[in-house]
Amino acid sequence: MTVVAMQVNGKQVSADVEPRTLLVHYLRENLQLTGTHVGCDTSQCGACVVHVDGKAVKSCTVLAVQAAGAQVRTIEGLADGDRLHPVQAAFKEHHGLQCGFCTPGMIMTAVDMLRRIPRPDETTIRHELEGNFCRCTGYHNIVKAIKAASEVL
Amino acid sequence: MNAIDAKKATGIGASVPRKEDFRFITGNGHYTDDINRQGQAHAYFVRSPHAHATIDAIDFADALDAPGVISVLTGKDVAADGLGGLICGWLVHSRDGSPMKTGAHPVLALSHVRYVGHHVAVVIAETAAQAKDAAELVNVSYGELASVTAVADAQAPGAPQVHAEAPRNTSFEWELGDRAAVEAAFRNAARVVSLDIANNRLIPNAMEPRAAIGEYDKGSGIYTLYTTSQNPHVARLVLSAFIGVAPENKLRVIAPDVGGGFGSKIFIYAEETVCVWASKKVGRPVKWVAERSESFVSDAHGRDHQTHAELALDATGKMLGLRVKTTANLGAYLQLFSASVPTYLYATLLSGQYDLPAIYCQVDGVLTHTAPVDAYRGAGRPEATYVIERLVETAAREMGMDPAEFRRKNFIRKFPHQTPVIMAYDTGDFDASLNEACRLIDYANFPARKAEALARGMRRGIGFSTYIEACGIAPSAAIGTLGAGVGLWESAEVRVNPTGSVEVMTGAHSHGQGHETTFAQLVSDRLGIPIENVEIVHGDTDKVQFGMGTYGSRSGAVGMSAIQVALDKVITKARKIAAHVLEAGEGDIVFEDGRFSVVGTDRGLAFAELALQAYTGHKFPTSEIEPGLKETSFYDPTNFTFPAGCHIAEVEVDPATGIVRVVKFVAVDDFGNVINPMIVEGQVHGGVAQGIGQALLEKAVYDPDTGQLLTGSFMDYCMPRADDLPSFDVGMTVTPAPSNPLGIKGCGEAGAIGSPAAIINAITDALGIREIAMPVTPERAWRAANGL
Repeated sequence: MTVVAMQVNGKQVSADVEPRTLLVHYLRENLQLTGTHVGCDTSQCGACVVHVDGKAVKSCTVLAVQAAGAQVRTIEGLADGDRLHPVQAAFKEHHGLQCGFCTPGMIMTAVDMLRRIPRPDETTIRHELEGNFCRCTGYHNIVKAIKAASEVL
Repeated sequence: MNAIDAKKATGIGASVPRKEDFRFITGNGHYTDDINRQGQAHAYFVRSPHAHATIDAIDFADALDAPGVISVLTGKDVAADGLGGLICGWLVHSRDGSPMKTGAHPVLALSHVRYVGHHVAVVIAETAAQAKDAAELVNVSYGELASVTAVADAQAPGAPQVHAEAPRNTSFEWELGDRAAVEAAFRNAARVVSLDIANNRLIPNAMEPRAAIGEYDKGSGIYTLYTTSQNPHVARLVLSAFIGVAPENKLRVIAPDVGGGFGSKIFIYAEETVCVWASKKVGRPVKWVAERSESFVSDAHGRDHQTHAELALDATGKMLGLRVKTTANLGAYLQLFSASVPTYLYATLLSGQYDLPAIYCQVDGVLTHTAPVDAYRGAGRPEATYVIERLVETAAREMGMDPAEFRRKNFIRKFPHQTPVIMAYDTGDFDASLNEACRLIDYANFPARKAEALARGMRRGIGFSTYIEACGIAPSAAIGTLGAGVGLWESAEVRVNPTGSVEVMTGAHSHGQGHETTFAQLVSDRLGIPIENVEIVHGDTDKVQFGMGTYGSRSGAVGMSAIQVALDKVITKARKIAAHVLEAGEGDIVFEDGRFSVVGTDRGLAFAELALQAYTGHKFPTSEIEPGLKETSFYDPTNFTFPAGCHIAEVEVDPATGIVRVVKFVAVDDFGNVINPMIVEGQVHGGVAQGIGQALLEKAVYDPDTGQLLTGSFMDYCMPRADDLPSFDVGMTVTPAPSNPLGIKGCGEAGAIGSPAAIINAITDALGIREIAMPVTPERAWRAANGL
């Protein structure tokens, strides 16, 4: 067991975990932040995407110990109190989610995408989403939501 | 906002943003893995690495000694406790009248394993990691046997037998239609067009893996099961009445937020059964969450048909008869709907949108050493549409006819129309959707686009699929005669509270369909109350009376109709109470825009005021009218519903790389009356994406020699990604369904039903070839484009 400390959603946290603990399990089980989801075991699906030191990262492919000392932001830390992030608001306005399981990872990926590419065209958005699966929406409204959010950010 | 504006913004027909979204976009959903019960232990299943083997011994002494391990349970423990097996809920008969054949399906494998991934034992430990570590120490001695996995090989002489009860691995040899009429049609035909078609095996892969938590309270004797289910009441019934884990009235089943199902979460599987059963045995709640690679081998798979189909035509292109022989892979065991999917949900749609006077279909359901095959989005109707629409397009091309004109020549235009395959289509307008789709895709100018593409070295093609399907399942007596073990009505309880807010307890379940919004729209519209005041409750058998769950595109047509009838009853009673409170005759009470008023006066009661009156009982004779305001309906539809439409795909194939780009995809669908167009379009988008996935990317592949699932993860099973798909052009035409009070046909599966044929018809057009197998990978397209 080893003690791992980091900042998650602005709060200093620390837990005693087995070294093999994945960051996603650290978040879900040790910190009860269950908004980040596990959808696969080969790092394809993107349901686990969080931000580590400002960059989108698949938390299923990072050990908690690798994030020691880092600033981590999860979906729970995206809204500013009651005020939704524009990407969150756009997903609701444009019906960019159905079952919601891929949604936290999709939103975190989108936020990172728009930080790097402020005005992506449709082709770029679709390419940037290749690490996030959605089985429900066919991506049509996800792309629409991200485009809409890019126009207000 | 006044009542009329409110109705426009949040009533029937409005594209209301979803009420349920807030929790999902902020990470506050409650999926089963998000739930943790105090003192819970964790389960990990030991699964067979062999496709077919005897279980000679299970030595788990080392596993029991491993850190954190509480218990290891096997099929012997299940048998000792007298549990029943996992069940198939639909009985199909062969041509000779004999019932379908299958072997027992024990909760944990007992004497044999019959597919890679088959559940053999369960390790229960303090943590999930400890359970998984200890599972590696469970030593199962297997006697390896030969296996057969391909649908085309199952009935071959000498093929390894899956169940002794089903010789030649044949569970049933079923037929539908008029063989003699079809033979006559073919004798008189000017032309016969035939195709050999494989409908590729798919894995549903909802993004949330299956999970369950079983819990037993020893004080009360009550069991609780949290499960990723599309139908919690059916789970409760099966677990109590058939498997015998708990009495029905001592079992609570909760399907909380569920991350997609597409049919794969209908079945009552071994894993949730074991969690409930084991929770009493170990005296702790037992939690199990599938890893994705587990989902691949153990979730119900879909499709997997081999078909030979022939279409008889006269010299002008009028269809005279259709003859179909299908072999359908059932997998190693029958599941809840398994037997119905390649029979009654398939062959009954072979008439398509066409006036086809004679149809005959034979289906052999075969068993193989693969994961069980059951309902997957469309469940039989994609397979039927693929057969008929590929034949139609091929016939049109062979006769030099325009594919749209060929279809118009054969369309049904008079309703009701009795097909030769049980279904009687009640209403429709197939020309309307075809014409609108042609307009949306600018069909007239396709030749110019094709020429322009060719100048760039690209092969562009266009393909049609005019589909019809049967959903809104289903009228109970009718499906009872077809072999279903259940009725397919739906229930709703509309509970008005004293403060005038409303809860609707629905037997439907929302795992992406947006019922918390659409059902609330209906209530808000009819009662004239703000949509914020309406809560839709689903998924908990303690809160909701028996319901049949969500699949088969039934929640709008059947689920909402139940709410509509219950609302009728609420309004009827409310008007009676209003008459007394307002001291008027009942005939003088008008209910409009959320207000009860006395006609010709300005005296009235808002809905909330009426509600309070109902619950105080001061101003009406409670000996005649009971206090309270809460009504229930168990609604049984009078027919299937028949969504229909036209999908047109335009593709470009690069002959140098074989890459197929879907340039444009148009879907024009008739879903009858639509409650929320935005949500309906979303269902079409998702269905079309799955259909394009089937056509271009997805196939579940088992190794023919070893029976190993080669496509066992997202590395090898190609899921559609955002850059595999275009944005879609979706349109709608409307002929309301006559079989339910709301005129709704349902929309959840149509996208997956119509689209594969459109894509393949477009690719064959692009390459000037007759046939190509799904999925059209770049290699397949490249070979076809280059004559290799």
